Amino acid sequence: MSSGLWRGAGRRLRANPAAMVALAVIVVLVMLALAAPLLNPNSIEALDWSQVATAPGVAHAHWFGTDRLGRDLFVRTFEGARTSLAVGLLAGAVSLTLGMGFGTIAGYVGGRADYLMMRIIEILSGLPLVFFVIFLTVILGRNGYVLYASLVAISWLTMARIVRGQTLSIRRQEFIEAAVATGGSPARVIIKHIVPNVLGPVAVYATLMVPQIILVESFLSFLGLGTQEPHASLGTLVAEGAGEIEAAPWILLAPGILLALLLVSLNVLGDGLRDALDVRDPG
Amino acid sequence: MSTAAPELEQPTLRIDGLKVRYGNSRRGIDAASLAAVRDVSLQIFPGECLAIVGESGSGKSQLFLAAMGLLAGNARIEGSVRFDGEELLGLPAAALNKIRGSKLSMVFQDPMTALTPHVRVGVQLAEVRVHHAAATWRAAERSALDMLERVRVPDAPRRMREYPHELSGGMRQRVMIAMSLMCDPRLVIADEPTSALDVTVQAQILGLLRDVRAQFGTSIALISHDLGVVAGIAERIVVMYAGRVVETGTTRQLLRAPRHPYTGLLTRCAPNLHAARLDRMPCLEGQPPSPTEPEIGCAFAPRCPRASGLCREQRPPLRRIDEHSEAACHHPLAP
Repeated sequence: MSSGLWRGAGRRLRANPAAMVALAVIVVLVMLALAAPLLNPNSIEALDWSQVATAPGVAHAHWFGTDRLGRDLFVRTFEGARTSLAVGLLAGAVSLTLGMGFGTIAGYVGGRADYLMMRIIEILSGLPLVFFVIFLTVILGRNGYVLYASLVAISWLTMARIVRGQTLSIRRQEFIEAAVATGGSPARVIIKHIVPNVLGPVAVYATLMVPQIILVESFLSFLGLGTQEPHASLGTLVAEGAGEIEAAPWILLAPGILLALLLVSLNVLGDGLRDALDVRDPG
Repeated sequence: MSTAAPELEQPTLRIDGLKVRYGNSRRGIDAASLAAVRDVSLQIFPGECLAIVGESGSGKSQLFLAAMGLLAGNARIEGSVRFDGEELLGLPAAALNKIRGSKLSMVFQDPMTALTPHVRVGVQLAEVRVHHAAATWRAAERSALDMLERVRVPDAPRRMREYPHELSGGMRQRVMIAMSLMCDPRLVIADEPTSALDVTVQAQILGLLRDVRAQFGTSIALISHDLGVVAGIAERIVVMYAGRVVETGTTRQLLRAPRHPYTGLLTRCAPNLHAARLDRMPCLEGQPPSPTEPEIGCAFAPRCPRASGLCREQRPPLRRIDEHSEAACHHPLAP
C-alpha cells in the first residue's frame, strides 16, 4: 500500500543533492561504526600505558589518539557512535509506533476518549526529563533498558501529539467519509486511509526525532545518567573530552565532530525526506 | 427503463417517516434544535433512477447520509430506512459495514476530496473488493482494471498506478463511480455527482451514469439541486423543500406540468435558450425557512405567489393529485 508512496519518494529524494550527501555521510558513519573493531585491533577497554593522552597520528596504532587512561579513541569514538545510533534508532522506532497508535486512535475516535488520552499525554510531558530518568534509575537500577525506556517515554509524547494533529486535520475530509461509506470499520479506516496520509509528515518528524534522541542521550550521558563505563556513547566521550580541552583537545574533537556530523546529516536527510514525501508538490 | 407499474415490486430502498434533527448532545432534543429532515417517505425500485431535487438545506443529502449511517454524532434519527427489506437504522456498525460499499454505495459530490490522496487509484479500487468480496489482491486488481475500462477511463492500466491528484476532475469522478460499482451494488447514491465539474464533463458523467444503469441494472438515487441535470436520466423526481417532500412525479409529467408552485418556479428558473427574452433570468425570491423555526402552515407560503390564509395556518399534507403525481399543496397548479 505504501510501497508506491516510498518508490516515488525515493526518486525525488535522489534528485536532492544535499539529502543524498547527508545519506552518504550517514551510511559511511554507520558502516564505520559497525566495522571499527575490525579496522583497528585496539579494544575499548585496553589501557596502553605507553601511550597515555597521545595526539592523533598514523605513526602509532591509535589513529584518533588516546585518552588520559591510554584507551584508543578511534575504537571508542565509533563504539560511541554505535551506541548513539542504536539508541536513536531503536527509541525512535518504538516512539513512532507508540505515538502512531495512540495519536491516530485519539484523533479518529475523538470525543471523551480523545480528551482523556490527551490529558494523559499532558501529565506525562509535565514530568521533567532529568527527574524522570533519576527516578527510573533509582527504581530500576542503572542499565541500558532504563535509558531506552526514559528516552522513549519522553519522545513518543510529541509523536502522539503530531499524529493526532494530522489525524484531526484529515478526519473531517470527505475521503474519510467516503471510506466509511465503503464499509470501513474504524480500525480499517485508520490503517488504510489515515496512516498512509499521515505517514509523510510523521516520517519527516521521525527522522528529525532520531537526532533529538541522540542529543538527549548524549546529554544524559554527559551528566553521568546514561551510558556507563567502560562503554561509551558520544555523550560520555564529549564529557570526558570537555575536561581535557586545554591539554588534549583531540579527546573532545573526535567524538564532537562525529556527533555534529551525524546530527547535521540526519536533519538534512529528514528535510529532504519531507520534500520527497509530499506527492502533491513535485518541485 | 421499465414502464411497468413499479408499485408491484419490492422497493430496493424504502424510507418511511424519516426525521433528522440536530440538537446539543448534552441537553438532548429541545425546541431550539435544528430539523434537517422533517418527515420524508420515498421508495426506490430495482433498476430505477430516482432524482431528489431541492435547494441547499432542503435535507436531500441528509436523507441519504442518514440511510448510510454517515450523520454526525449529535443527529437524532427517527423513522425507518429499509434496504432490500432490511432495516438500516439502528443496525450495528459491523452489520452496516457489510452493506455499505458493497450492496449500497455512494458517489460523493467532490471527487477532488473524496479519494484518499496518498494511495494509488488502483489500490483504492481493489481494496473495496478485497474487503467486501474477500477477493485476492490479484483478482481484485483485475476487476479494478476491468471496472476502470467499463467507466471509460482511457489508458486504464496506467491510471491504476497513479495518485488521485494526477487525474482530472472528470477522471476522478469516473474512478469514484467505478469504486461504487466494485461490488455489484443494488443501489448507488449519487450526491450531486456533477456539481463540482465543468459543464461538458458534467454531461459525460451523466451519460456514464445512464450507461451504468443500463449495463449493471443498479438503482440510482440522484441527488441534485438542478432539474436540468436530472431531467435526462431520472424516471421519477422527488422535490424537497425545507425537509419535506413537496411533490413527486414521473420526470416527464413533473417537468411538463408541475403541480406544486415551488416545482413550477423551479422549472422556470432553469436557463432556457428558447425563452423569449434572454437578458432576464427568472429567479426565486426570498429564502427557505430556517430549520430551527417551528413549522406553522406551509413552509413555502412566504415565497409562494398562490399562498392564502389557509396556507399560513395549516400545513398541506402530501396527497395524490393524479395517477402520476403527489403534491403537498392547498392550491396545486392546474395540469
